[in-house]
Amino acid sequence: MSDIPADLRYTREHEWAKREGDRVRVGITAYAQEQLGDVVFVELPKKGSKVSAHQTFGVVESVKAVSDLFAPVSGEVTDVNGDLAQSPQIVNQDPYGRGWMLLVTPSSAGEFDQLLTAQQYQQFLAEGGH
Amino acid sequence: MATPLKRTPLFDAHVKAGARMVPFGGWEMPVQYRGIIEEHRNVRSAVGLFDVSHMGEFEVEGPGALSALQTLTTNDVAGLDVGQVQYSVLCYPDGGIVDDLTVYRLAERKYLITVNASNIDKDFAWVTERCAERKLDARWTNVSARTGLIAVQGPRAEALVGRLADRDVTRIGYYRFADGQVAGVSVMISRTGYTGEDGFELYAPWEATERVWLALLDAGAADGVAPIGLGARDTLRLEMRYALYGNDIDETTNPLEAGLGWVVKPAKGEFIGREAIEAMRAAGIPRRLVGIEMTERAVARHGYPVLAAGRRVGTVTSGSYGPSVDRYIAMAYLESAHAAVGSAVDVEIRGQGKPARVVKTPFHPPHVKKSA
Repeated sequence: MSDIPADLRYTREHEWAKREGDRVRVGITAYAQEQLGDVVFVELPKKGSKVSAHQTFGVVESVKAVSDLFAPVSGEVTDVNGDLAQSPQIVNQDPYGRGWMLLVTPSSAGEFDQLLTAQQYQQFLAEGGH
Repeated sequence: MATPLKRTPLFDAHVKAGARMVPFGGWEMPVQYRGIIEEHRNVRSAVGLFDVSHMGEFEVEGPGALSALQTLTTNDVAGLDVGQVQYSVLCYPDGGIVDDLTVYRLAERKYLITVNASNIDKDFAWVTERCAERKLDARWTNVSARTGLIAVQGPRAEALVGRLADRDVTRIGYYRFADGQVAGVSVMISRTGYTGEDGFELYAPWEATERVWLALLDAGAADGVAPIGLGARDTLRLEMRYALYGNDIDETTNPLEAGLGWVVKPAKGEFIGREAIEAMRAAGIPRRLVGIEMTERAVARHGYPVLAAGRRVGTVTSGSYGPSVDRYIAMAYLESAHAAVGSAVDVEIRGQGKPARVVKTPFHPPHVKKSA
């Protein structure tokens, strides 16, 4: 079974979200990167742009597939991981660490708490993950 | 409801090795074992094994076998020696491509052709019906279901196959083949492949294919041998600009447009598609399949539009990150006016034009063994 850190929250589209003070860090899960295979391209929004919960904020491409990225929460993008442009393989190597994608300042306090817990996400994967 | 997927004789070995299995041309095939990029590099630097048992093989024999192949294929089979292989295409009367294939001359009046897995039924109907119409004395047998096929590709392939073979495989030249035993199994050893590396394709009896596969994995441990999935097979062939049927060539594309004019030999006489192909040659080839390289990071994929100064001038047929060239590369049909090396175009990706330019191919230098 893929690594599912207990202190993160999750979407059904396989993004993770981590509360860091008043911001939320976002990336894709170990399961997602395993399913994708070798990541060769990541397209992220610009700093200062707005994202909306359950809406696409970017694209991740592996050798074989193109996948949309979905925002776990709504808000303003206060930082993006610029390293992924040059080294997209970091997403495979360290999906919960150096492979992070966005820092978002949420515009709505309640959305984060609606996300799946680690246990719920694990259950979701056990049921097939889609 | 879809028909159930077929399995090669190596299915159990793939599952046991932890391969990710996917549907491909009606078959359940390994797309990757450890990761496409790692597998790709394994072939370029050492040696890899590919299960290509899903491909189709037909034998044709009899007094009319040569005439049949001369009529059906675009290349000239007359000069082919026993023990020699030839790349070729089957065309429709309008010049569209039925399939691409390799032709093996097994004996004076006996040949084997190897065709794409997804085209087996279509091709067999095509070749037998055209021969019947012309009353050619050539007997076709579809031997696909009893023929397993393993490709051994990479700079260590010769050493590995040589270690298990009962004959000197260094004497088999490029696009030549010989019968022999590998790991005690009678196989046809063909110095061909689809990766741009030196290597062999081993045609084995279906039920003995797994024995050859496991022996190669075992004997090749010190060479760094690894099983390679269809994902890396695709990136390897893309770096060589080898056409893939269904992606880069099909019934709507002509061999001249596809850059396969070198296998069209009108001087040999009549063949199906000749008039249409010669008419295009005379009138000018309207579009060409070329190699393009993205000038910034972006992945061009099959079907994406190609633009020049905002106007559509072509379509991407295959594209990926090329692990050995470390660039984002693609093949595309472009109007001939935009097909010259150095020509600047844009690939439309998710509504945005991304800059690219036409480059020389192959993208990566081939290392096939040319002499023996």
